[in-house]
Amino acid sequence: MEYPTGRAGREEKSDLAVEVELRDHGGLEITVNSSVKALYGKAISAAAEGALRELGVTHGRLGISDKGALDWVIRARIEAAVRAAGHPGTLAPVPATAGADSAGDRNRLRRTRLYLPGSTPDLMLNAHLFGADCLILDLEDSVAPPEKFATRILVKHALRALEFGRSERIVRINPLATPFGTADLEVIVAAGPDTLLIPKCEGAADITAVEERVAALEKAAKVARPLFFMPLIETAKGVMHAYEIATSSPRNVALCFGAEDFTADLGVERTVEGKEHYVARSLIVLAARAAGIQAIDTVYSDVQDEAGLVASAREAMAQGFDGKGVIHPSQIKPVHAAFSPSPEQIEKAQRIVAALEEARAKGLGVVSLGTKMVDAPVVARAQKILERARIQGLLKEGEKS
Amino acid sequence: MTMVKNSLGRMVPSEVNGRRVRPFLGAHAGQGGGERHGGLIPAAARYGNKLLADLDAAIDACAIRDGMVISFHHHLRNGDYLVNQVMDKLAARGIRDLVLAPSALFPTHGRLAEYIESGVISHIEGSMNGPIGRACSLGRMQKTAVLRSHGGRYRALQDGDLHIDVAFIAAPCADSHGNANGVNGPSACGPLGFALADSLFADKVVVVTDHLVPFPCHPWSIEGGNVDFVVVVDSIGDPAQIVSGTTQITRSPTRLLIAEYAARFVQESGLMTEPNFSFQAGAGGVSLAFVKYMGDLMREAGVVADFVRGGSTRYMVDLLESGLTRCILDGQSFDLDGVRSLRDNPRHIETNPFVSYDYHTKGCFAQILRVSVLGATEIDLDYNVNVNTHSDGWLLHGIGGFTDAADAQVTMITAPLVRSRLPIVLDRVTTVTAPGEMIDVVVTEHGIAVNPRRQDLLDRLKGSTLPIKTIEELRAIALKLSGEPEKPVFTDRVVAVIEFRDGTIIDAVRELVPAE
Repeated sequence: MEYPTGRAGREEKSDLAVEVELRDHGGLEITVNSSVKALYGKAISAAAEGALRELGVTHGRLGISDKGALDWVIRARIEAAVRAAGHPGTLAPVPATAGADSAGDRNRLRRTRLYLPGSTPDLMLNAHLFGADCLILDLEDSVAPPEKFATRILVKHALRALEFGRSERIVRINPLATPFGTADLEVIVAAGPDTLLIPKCEGAADITAVEERVAALEKAAKVARPLFFMPLIETAKGVMHAYEIATSSPRNVALCFGAEDFTADLGVERTVEGKEHYVARSLIVLAARAAGIQAIDTVYSDVQDEAGLVASAREAMAQGFDGKGVIHPSQIKPVHAAFSPSPEQIEKAQRIVAALEEARAKGLGVVSLGTKMVDAPVVARAQKILERARIQGLLKEGEKS
Repeated sequence: MTMVKNSLGRMVPSEVNGRRVRPFLGAHAGQGGGERHGGLIPAAARYGNKLLADLDAAIDACAIRDGMVISFHHHLRNGDYLVNQVMDKLAARGIRDLVLAPSALFPTHGRLAEYIESGVISHIEGSMNGPIGRACSLGRMQKTAVLRSHGGRYRALQDGDLHIDVAFIAAPCADSHGNANGVNGPSACGPLGFALADSLFADKVVVVTDHLVPFPCHPWSIEGGNVDFVVVVDSIGDPAQIVSGTTQITRSPTRLLIAEYAARFVQESGLMTEPNFSFQAGAGGVSLAFVKYMGDLMREAGVVADFVRGGSTRYMVDLLESGLTRCILDGQSFDLDGVRSLRDNPRHIETNPFVSYDYHTKGCFAQILRVSVLGATEIDLDYNVNVNTHSDGWLLHGIGGFTDAADAQVTMITAPLVRSRLPIVLDRVTTVTAPGEMIDVVVTEHGIAVNPRRQDLLDRLKGSTLPIKTIEELRAIALKLSGEPEKPVFTDRVVAVIEFRDGTIIDAVRELVPAE
């Protein structure tokens, strides 16, 4: 007789390939091949057996080819294979309590958002060590269609098991217009990421559709912590509707721009200077500012070209963006530096704020620096610069922000 | 076999292959004493034309027979043709029970494992890896293997703990008198320092070259006055494998982070900016990145090192050529830039294990080194380090210069805390290569631990933003991620001893019962 079978994962570093055959009798038969079998063979078998029992599988054959996967990856791959074989159960991610420190902060620092393919555990494990403000577990472009199913289950487990440090936990879902978007939400929302990155947004309807689904799922799963949205705009139509998109939901915290798809949509080459999307990026900054949310620039795709990256980040900062996408951890430091106020800017801002305090102390309505009067917006900008410097740890101890 | 406990609590034999040995008592406990090994007195008049027709003629002339000790150097690395060729010829002659005494072996020598099985080779003294290490772990050697560091090997030959009957010295460039160097010819490999002791202390010395030049071959790393015979062959090695020419900095974000932490540690601790700065780093991915980061920090601070210690690579050569170091003290070249620089730049200086690493000398420059950066397989809560066996018990690596370079003023281990689930920090290392008293800093992607013996370093780091942790904290992080590993199962039979640089036994490797 033919039994249903399912597979998931790959025999690659920090991952495993799982093959399962569900049977109706004979108990469980588990075989483990592993690069770390001598040291973790028993632990792998125990994790596998535990996962099968939790899923309610009592009869079947499970084959594992492992290359040093951690327990949560083993559980995720087994869940995916068992479900691919048609079994209805799901596994709760462990630990159930993990969450980012600053969850709920709409305006947190988002200078860098590091893309990580949601299908590759090895790239996720140390991602929190590199200091990116946001980590994006991607279900969309970096994941091939046949991998989508197992990947969203892996990401569900990663959201709880993985260390995120101070980084914001973001998941990029597939557009709801594709066969994958709704299924992504059904698995991901209950796992409690901080933020959803919603790609290919072209109008307010794209956001409200996600919002409705999310609200229903949150209610069903009794999720209390707020889930933010980051609409990703990467078409001409999306750019023209940027303000409408930015104001479409109170969950929106930032508008993001994606240059690769945008230039493809325009039918032009993407250049290093980026003149072809300069106006689009400006419109996105304007729309985001008008809506009172952040604006985040596209990625710089040449990982080897640090000078180009720095120039691009400086330009984005000058244009009004709050941050930039990054595709390799080596891009994080240069982008953070580019988005940091210079010592001269900090020093000047400190003098302005000191003048403000002096004026207040004297009961004066006008702030002046030397013989010059300082306008209110200049004071506000100085305060913003110092706030930024404080968050980035650029102020010496005892220095005022 | 009588076993005794050494000062690290490890049970080690008091006799190895019939030779009395002493247990390890401390990194600097050995006080010298005794006589050096002399050897036979030759007479120049007996030496006329040293050129022989081929390797067979050399084997005949050296009268190689059962039980002899045969040595090689490893400067040709994975490109070496000589070791396999000579051993094949000896095996074909039906010679047995040979002791193979290489300064190191590479994957290309893996097939020698069959000569261990068949009894052509009784055991190895020096270094081994890969398939030969596996054969040793499985107890296939008739006698006990002895693993020595580069400095320890020189010491053993000089002290007479190991006597070489015949040394074969592959030489990229040589003359008919036996003068030889490694910087010229189609198989140029850089220094030839690992072969110096062999040329001084072996009974018979055969120089084998594929690039014979008229007398005098200069510079001469090997001096003709120590050489019995010279053989010319078509090729001593595959240049593409001798020096890769493509040594690249790692792109692994984790390894780059470790290298960056290590370089920042050297800077923020003030070790970099004090007078007479020097450092050592090898050719691993983390090491190359460390050299590059170090160069950036030195340039920024206007620091010029007294010397850097190679394994030379193009990153080291960059430091020399951009004036960031006064010289390179080079033990071996890892890429073509290293070879070129050694040949052309008088401030790129060839060294040998006597001047760099030998403990039984009136000082070696490992002691003068400010900072040494080394990799490891395991570290324990006492900072003991293992570079020889994997956590699953297999003997897979030689010592290299590890224990010697660990004599630096500050020795830093750089290694990922977790490698494909395997934790690097353990309660107790499987095998001790170097004692914790020599290890000062452990740099991982999850944090930096400083040996409590080095409170001075901890004090220097006050106020630093580097993630300073205790070794126990690193251990806890690794355990939380990976879970507690099972322990490999060994029999009581000692298959190899780890000899410390002063000749004492720091640990013993036992026969492995492989997991099914």
